[in-house]
Amino acid sequence: MAASVTNLTPNETRPEARRLTGAQLIWETLVKEGVRVVFGYPGGAIMPAYDALPQYPIRHILVRHEQGAAHMADGYARASGRVGVAVATSGPGATNLVTGIANAMMDSIPIVCITGQVASTLIGSDAFQETDITGITLPITKHNFLVSRAEDIAPTLRQAFYIASSGRPGPVLVDITKDAQNAAIDYVDDGAPVRLPGYRPERSPVPEELERAIELIRKAKRPIVFCGHGVVKANATPLLLEFVHKTGIPVAQTLLGLGGFPATHPSSLGMMGMHGEAWVNTAIQEADLIIALGMRFDDRVTGNLKTYAPNAKKIHVELDPAEINKNVKVDLPLLGDVREILRLLLPHVEKLDIAEWLAHIEELKGDSAVRDIQVLPDNGRLFAAHVIHDLWRYTEGKALVVTDVGQHQMWEAQYYKHDHPRKLVTSGGLGTMGFALPAAMGARLACPDDEIWVVAGDGGFQMTACELATCAQENIKVNIAIINNGYLGMVRQWQEFFYGGRYVATPIKSPDFVKLAEAHGLSGIRVTRREEVREAVERARANAETTIIDFRVEQEDAVYPMVPAGADLNAMIRRPLPEGVKHNPIYETGED
Amino acid sequence: MPSPQHPILRTFVAYVEDRPGVLNRIASLFRRRGYNIVSLNVGRTHEAGISRMTFRVEADEDTARRIEANLYKLVNVLSVEDITDKPSVSRDLALIKVSVGPDKRAEVLQLCEVFRARAVDVGPRDLIVEITGTQDKIDGLVAILEPFGIAEMVQTGTVAMTRGPKGQAATTMHQPPALRGVDAA
Repeated sequence: MAASVTNLTPNETRPEARRLTGAQLIWETLVKEGVRVVFGYPGGAIMPAYDALPQYPIRHILVRHEQGAAHMADGYARASGRVGVAVATSGPGATNLVTGIANAMMDSIPIVCITGQVASTLIGSDAFQETDITGITLPITKHNFLVSRAEDIAPTLRQAFYIASSGRPGPVLVDITKDAQNAAIDYVDDGAPVRLPGYRPERSPVPEELERAIELIRKAKRPIVFCGHGVVKANATPLLLEFVHKTGIPVAQTLLGLGGFPATHPSSLGMMGMHGEAWVNTAIQEADLIIALGMRFDDRVTGNLKTYAPNAKKIHVELDPAEINKNVKVDLPLLGDVREILRLLLPHVEKLDIAEWLAHIEELKGDSAVRDIQVLPDNGRLFAAHVIHDLWRYTEGKALVVTDVGQHQMWEAQYYKHDHPRKLVTSGGLGTMGFALPAAMGARLACPDDEIWVVAGDGGFQMTACELATCAQENIKVNIAIINNGYLGMVRQWQEFFYGGRYVATPIKSPDFVKLAEAHGLSGIRVTRREEVREAVERARANAETTIIDFRVEQEDAVYPMVPAGADLNAMIRRPLPEGVKHNPIYETGED
Repeated sequence: MPSPQHPILRTFVAYVEDRPGVLNRIASLFRRRGYNIVSLNVGRTHEAGISRMTFRVEADEDTARRIEANLYKLVNVLSVEDITDKPSVSRDLALIKVSVGPDKRAEVLQLCEVFRARAVDVGPRDLIVEITGTQDKIDGLVAILEPFGIAEMVQTGTVAMTRGPKGQAATTMHQPPALRGVDAA
């Protein structure tokens, strides 16, 4: 969203100056940036701004903890593609935003956080609720500002929105002193474009690099496309579909790339990485060409870098030059917007002769199917994977799902097949427990017509469960599936696999989630058997109010497959086979 | 010729906006990414509102490219250039206080002459010598003066400038860092 440019001729009258306070200028600028909702919590140093808020057509969602405000802004941004806004006061209000800001930074989410600051005359005096929030957030923001003059508020906020949303997006914090909010100035909106001489986020590949890419693609015998978060951000899904239809190259997704390419498309392989599909990881290790679109070769995606995709030429399509050769040394970087680069490549690619490769991948899948929990009998027990699978079926795969962090997040990624971008909202890079509920509330404000499901664990949900009160007060309706196994499940799984089964500090006692919902004036349902899943899902969807379903699932189930941290990508721990089922040793790569 | 994987001492020149906190942003980036600064120098330029930095870092080729790219991402950084392989002039400045009285003063001054160093302050029992030059030259003078007794010493970070008629104006260096894959390298 670049700032608009107006070209006034000398004869045209300039807009008249209006007397406005800094506080008014905050909202004035936000309205012009298209902001309709902000998530926040008032306090001393931001009170002038709050006092002016009712004059503007902006809805304020009163959160219960500022971390929730940052996650709501984040969820709003992920679901809509627009900039989310969080507001907090100085000191503890500002520091409570920190986790949410770091989360947005790791996943490149455009949010603007506005914090009040003590009066400029008090800065540096350790005044009440003074904290150096620009210093604190320096390494976890794309950029931040301290504003101490009313004159600077509007231009700075416009810069903040521009920086947050352009190039590789990210969080921007604007810290505004109380005296700057209180001061009144004669304000003229000259509509001048944002001018940031040191900020040039656009990139484009040179023609020779594109030619080289086309050549590599033409010669490939075992190619894979990686669909990363950049595909979702660049709204490149239609072009990626076209690219795949033209070439026939199969697509694997990163966690944040899920939905960037339809999961039920015949060319979709599924998720890669630590808890990726076994055939995907095996195929990556055997591939001769990787076309990585808008992803950063995170350690959860690659496993051991020394043995990663040893036979593959790697084309890295990426907007941020600092990501090139950071983790994986690539053969050809293509710098630029994913959509733009796909557009440039499309006229020059054609159907590849890769039938043998595709048949081989199909064979790899065959081995995994016998281990898939979906085909395993439940024997009357409730498995989390079955719950997610059923949720996908009953919502016809159309829900916007917001997940927390842990086992349930991986099961959701594996079993809820997302066919559309921005329908999975999850904390990838930072892995922030407590993200789901507030992020889903933000998504609700961004997408009023979507069916929204929170999928959270019993541990993470309790980190931000206070926002249930916000749901009740603000009439925010989301459906909440708590995958309740009585453990901090992912840590327990690591303890089981790598720490001799010593479950230290992972058994967790939760409140009665049904009663917790009811205490907030919301609804709660408990499910202990698989045959109850459907009715519970239907009831939650029908309820006007936020509804929690407490799924009491198998306590010590694990997420499979699993590549242990730092292990070779094809050294997967696989789900143990049920008795009597034979496995085909040809495809056995793990340490079963 | 060192291999690209081998860390060498590299010199970068960056133009940055002359604003509060910019040095902090750069220092924070180096700390966070684990880049080790050997020396850092910041000062104003002939262009108003623009500072110029010279910094030296031990880095291999890939790391050097990422340092460039990461600095380039900072909103207040106008341009970055790795001038390690370019013909350039680089200088340090050192002030050395030598504990020397009238008896040895002439001898010290004579030695300074050889190094093109000059005395900038003389006291009854001390002498401050100013020297500009490369690190080697400064080290050489320090070694020679050591036997006379060095009371204290201060040295700036390296400042550097490429040779040739073209200036590196802050506003003309807008190219993102050159990135190459393993094939093209």
